[in-house]
Amino acid sequence: MTGSNSLYQEVILDHNRKPRNYGTLEQASHHANGHNPLCGDHLSLALNLDGERIAAIAFEGESCAICKASASMMTTNVKGKTRQEAETLVQEFRDMATGQLDTEKQAHHLGRLTVFAGVRDLPTRVKCAILPWHTLHAALHSVADTSTESESDPMHAPIGDA
Amino acid sequence: MNMNQTALESHPQSAFDPASIRADFPILALRPNGKPLVYLDNAASSQMPQQVIDRLVRYQSTQHANIHRAVHTLSEIATAEYEEARRKLARFINAREEREVIFTSGTTDAINLAMHGFGRKFIGAGDEIILTTLEHHSNIVPWQMLAEEEGAKIRVVPVNDAGELLIDEYEGLFSERTRLVGVTHVSNALGSVNPVKRMIAFAHARGVPVLVDGAQAAPHMPVDVQDLDCDFYAFSGHKLCGPTGIGVLYGKAALLERMQPFKGGGDMILSVTFEKTTYNVIPQKFEAGTPPIAAAIGLGAAVDYLCGIGIDTIAAHERALLAYATAKLARMPGVRIIGTAADKAAVLSFALEGVHPHDVGTLLNQDGIAVRTGHHCAQPVMQRFKVPATTRASFAFYNTLAEVDALAAGIANVQKVFR
Repeated sequence: MTGSNSLYQEVILDHNRKPRNYGTLEQASHHANGHNPLCGDHLSLALNLDGERIAAIAFEGESCAICKASASMMTTNVKGKTRQEAETLVQEFRDMATGQLDTEKQAHHLGRLTVFAGVRDLPTRVKCAILPWHTLHAALHSVADTSTESESDPMHAPIGDA
Repeated sequence: MNMNQTALESHPQSAFDPASIRADFPILALRPNGKPLVYLDNAASSQMPQQVIDRLVRYQSTQHANIHRAVHTLSEIATAEYEEARRKLARFINAREEREVIFTSGTTDAINLAMHGFGRKFIGAGDEIILTTLEHHSNIVPWQMLAEEEGAKIRVVPVNDAGELLIDEYEGLFSERTRLVGVTHVSNALGSVNPVKRMIAFAHARGVPVLVDGAQAAPHMPVDVQDLDCDFYAFSGHKLCGPTGIGVLYGKAALLERMQPFKGGGDMILSVTFEKTTYNVIPQKFEAGTPPIAAAIGLGAAVDYLCGIGIDTIAAHERALLAYATAKLARMPGVRIIGTAADKAAVLSFALEGVHPHDVGTLLNQDGIAVRTGHHCAQPVMQRFKVPATTRASFAFYNTLAEVDALAAGIANVQKVFR
């Protein structure tokens, strides 16, 4: 069975239906826009750093359920974490989605984010799940815009054609 | 199951029974994800019947050599078969002469050839090219590249809410500087069949040549380039049950003769010295290098296969599929059909309320149903209808009414998951 069955789990459908931290921040210290030109998904992410800690985070945009749920769960997971802890999650999430991290055999900090592990079997959907994390990485580095197709995107990797 | 049986009983009659030819297509027996394959992505690429596969094997195992070159027997056979394929394609579109059929790698390559060969020579600063909102990127981007290079302008024919070209607006776009019209015969994203014959007559009355992108038309309706009177007609082999890597640019001989070559190399020359090269005659002038010989011969076999069934029969069956699918989906709550032109090919683009097309596509795939989701390389169409993407089911003659039922059931399942 491919990952599509296991992918559309209730937790993902729930975050798609009722995305957490959805909206904008009045005064954001960091923000970035993420865009996947291949499918038209886009989201804008704003966050406030209190020292090294992410005090507040919000996103909005238009995207598929996988992307929206990934963004929603990302915000709940990184809120209150330090920049370094968030970057670790970015890296681990990306490795999980591209099949480089086996969450059942290797140590990680992803917790419930492992519900997205199924995208590794759906090469055309990997980018949907990763886009919010690309955007978080860009925001933390104060890159105003990122794209899953951008050469300058530090997270850019050839991971299938959406 | 009960639902399907009920639906089966209510199937309208189609004169053509696809069951009689489905066995010709080995791929249709696949069971992706454990379900029978319901292949509804024919506008992207169609499947190949065993007859064409066998032809490729026969060519490769008993007839292959390079063409137009050596005096040995195999080269003579390969050359004869390649040129026979050209004759078949010329007959298929009713070209006046075989030399009006240029083999290209596909529709995109064909349009690029017209851009370089015709556009670069005859379109300059201040000149205008008329395109339509319904064009595939392959009939937009080459002309934009030319316009940027030469300082030419692109004018765009708008569409109404049904996805039909506004012909009055089209006629109003002509000026003294109009040098070319590029129009798709059938919209790949919406299925709209454009009134190209009428548009060509209007352009010709003003001395403007017309290029028709026939990628979505050639597989689904009779095409007669003399009746249309188009100056160029481009189409792809792989949407016609043929191989990838082969396509055709039809051009009127007088026009092709005035054009400059696009690619330089072997076969397109008569003589070469370092001082001067004399170009070959058409069509060889435009076929530099070793062409995809096997693919061309395979495409000839594909055209034979389609003509064996009959293009009119194919068109009639696909009309029945479209009518049935349109009626069925229109009854489903939350389904919005995008593209409701009065004259449509068997393409059904739709949006599902509250569900992104990529989620629709992934969940339908789980049921063995292959559809296309995305912008269909027609972003101006998506912008016009204010959707980021659509889900597109596109039919071929081998599709059945039962497969339409499977699509409807699949959509109902998607709605259940996203309830």
